[in-house]
Amino acid sequence: MLRGVSLQVGRGDLVSIIGPSGCGKSTFLRCLNCLEIPDHGSITAMGVRIERAGGRWTRADDHAAHRLRSHVGMVFQSFNLFAHLSVLDNIVLAPRVVKGEPAQIAREQAMILLEKVGLADVARRYPATLSGGQQQRAAIARALAMRPEIMLYDEPTSALDPIVAEEVLAVMRTLDEEGMTQIVVTHDMRFAQQASDTVIYMDGGQIIESGPPDMLCVNPTDERTRRFLRTVL
Amino acid sequence: MARSTPGGRALPPWAQALMALVWLAWIALAGSPAMAQPATQAVQAPPLRANGAGGASPIRWAADASADVPFTFHDPASPARLTGFEYDLMQGLAAHMGVPFVFVQNDWDGLIPGLQRGLYDIVTCGIEITAEHAESVDFSDPYYVTSERLVVRRNGPQLVDLASLAGHVVGTLRNTQAERILAQAPELQIRSYEEETQAFMDLASGRTDAILIDAPIAKYYGQVNPALRVVGAPIGRVEYGMAFARGRNAALRQRVNTALAAMRADGTVHAILARWDLWTPEMAASLHDSTTPDMAPTAWNAYVAAQQGQNGWHTRLARYVTFLPQLAHAAWLTLLVSLVAMVLAVGLGLGLALARLYGPAPLAWLATLYVEIVRGTPLLIQVLFIFYGLPEFGLSLTPFVAGVLSLGLNYAAYEAENYRAGLQSVAPGQMEAALALNMTHVQALRYVVVPQAFRLVMPVMTNDFISLLKDSSLVSVITLTELTQTYIRLSSTYFDYFGTGLMVGATYLLLGLPFVRLARMVERRLSAPHARQRPKP
Repeated sequence: MLRGVSLQVGRGDLVSIIGPSGCGKSTFLRCLNCLEIPDHGSITAMGVRIERAGGRWTRADDHAAHRLRSHVGMVFQSFNLFAHLSVLDNIVLAPRVVKGEPAQIAREQAMILLEKVGLADVARRYPATLSGGQQQRAAIARALAMRPEIMLYDEPTSALDPIVAEEVLAVMRTLDEEGMTQIVVTHDMRFAQQASDTVIYMDGGQIIESGPPDMLCVNPTDERTRRFLRTVL
Repeated sequence: MARSTPGGRALPPWAQALMALVWLAWIALAGSPAMAQPATQAVQAPPLRANGAGGASPIRWAADASADVPFTFHDPASPARLTGFEYDLMQGLAAHMGVPFVFVQNDWDGLIPGLQRGLYDIVTCGIEITAEHAESVDFSDPYYVTSERLVVRRNGPQLVDLASLAGHVVGTLRNTQAERILAQAPELQIRSYEEETQAFMDLASGRTDAILIDAPIAKYYGQVNPALRVVGAPIGRVEYGMAFARGRNAALRQRVNTALAAMRADGTVHAILARWDLWTPEMAASLHDSTTPDMAPTAWNAYVAAQQGQNGWHTRLARYVTFLPQLAHAAWLTLLVSLVAMVLAVGLGLGLALARLYGPAPLAWLATLYVEIVRGTPLLIQVLFIFYGLPEFGLSLTPFVAGVLSLGLNYAAYEAENYRAGLQSVAPGQMEAALALNMTHVQALRYVVVPQAFRLVMPVMTNDFISLLKDSSLVSVITLTELTQTYIRLSSTYFDYFGTGLMVGATYLLLGLPFVRLARMVERRLSAPHARQRPKP
């Protein structure tokens, strides 16, 4: 249950959303590409606007969501790689069926992305044979293959040990340097503090406060933020 | 009727009730010419050739030749050929009428409904002329008059007449004159059978002590079996007549009666019956014909020779070899019906499962309704309904199409539930990931969820196919000559349920095995991506 959550993200920013489990941060993130449909409110991104006022989800809404998702990539906590496809086919599938890209071009593009996330040598392997870190980097490459302007991460490193997590975070840092707009729901306070342009603290389905990491993580104004930080740091 | 369901399978009571209902419905609709559908029955024997039949439209006559010794049956010496004293009489009739006759095979239970439907013009299958039967069909003049006879075990209680039967278990055929006679006799236990071979097997094995049955059957089953004996004096009187659709075929009936009279007058009937050794005092009396034509009972002798030969293992084995072409053909038909039905079941089942899970509410509801109705009713009823019931709405299907359709539609319901479980067990994250990549629901299902579900349901599907292969035996009730129908025919022609049964069982097993292997292979390939170990380079 979210109430009156409002957020503006600048182009190229990296925004981290932190908060206790069950505070609604994942739900909020999933609303941003309509995996979860809010009852009320609006989403505007890259010239697409979805307005909700409690009515039924219509075909027009579906079209709007489709346009919205063409700009937004998403990475999940449990990777969600397609288990029946090789890493390469995981990446190639959406460009082929959604955009109708020719197989050859889609594959070349996929290999460039795999190179970028350091997985070119496992392109033919199946997800089940990869480590968690490799799977998550493959999932990022899969999202990037659709050429999104915005990337959403739902606790991308929560299922990984710290060393492997670093591989994933390194990829996110690179994307940040390249100017990708990224919104990350995370429990990794160090990453939030070091890599974010803005950190948002959510609790009880509301945004409690937001600000630059140095301010929010070091010197929060709200008592609830302070208490949360004390428990995780 | 002289005999009841020589079909081999004892139909459970509910199936008989349904048959009765279907029959009643036909009788009720018999007056409407629109109901006369073109014949859909497989013609399983070469048409009779009539002498000098120049272009006259053929007359179709039906019998159940699957186990009807000595009426119309497959010649033990060469199973593709039909023979029998009724068969010979019909051939004589064709010659006398100068019209070609075409034989139509139908199951005993379907004979009269088929007549009412206009699938054929005449049924000649040892039908007793009784007042009850005359209410549903018109009869020709009797072509054969005989009596009931007692058959007992040589080493069993020596019973000789109705009175001595008291206190014993006595077998007979359901719904026959003999059964009614036994019902009048005091203090005996009647066991009514669907077909004569079962009755004789139970007598031979001591489950019953005697059989009261039409004399020709008593002779052809009782006299050729060294363990049995036909005893006592003839009991009662039985007349067989050819059946015509009630009130509709008076002209043909008249022509048949005229030809029959001619055949009696010129000795054709006497000659045929003499060849089969079935000339009876009753026939002599009713035709005022006390002559004894100088004619050997060649057909009877041939039958006895064929029966006596069958006990040696060599003869048996040699005969089994002659079964092979028939079995191969039946196996092919079984396989074809099952495969086509499975394709239908898989396609429709997937559609139903998707509709239930992802379709709009009314569609999901309809799919659920379909699954519940089809799963909740017996397959045999569905088979009979589609083949015999739908023609009332102008949808007359061939046995093959009806068989495929009923099996396919039935299994679709099971496949739907199988796929629904499979689809539901694919992790929801897979669908979400596909949607987040901007695939539509349909694309996500097609490229991501369904392929993964397929792997999960594969073992169950294999199971279902094997089960369908065996359930295809149920379509033998709609005259499709697949394996089970062939088993019934062969086993009852030769009185050999054991060897033939082993052969047919082995054939089913052999049909299924390659698919089990194939499925294992596919399963292995499909699960390769899910194996934790690295694939070999």
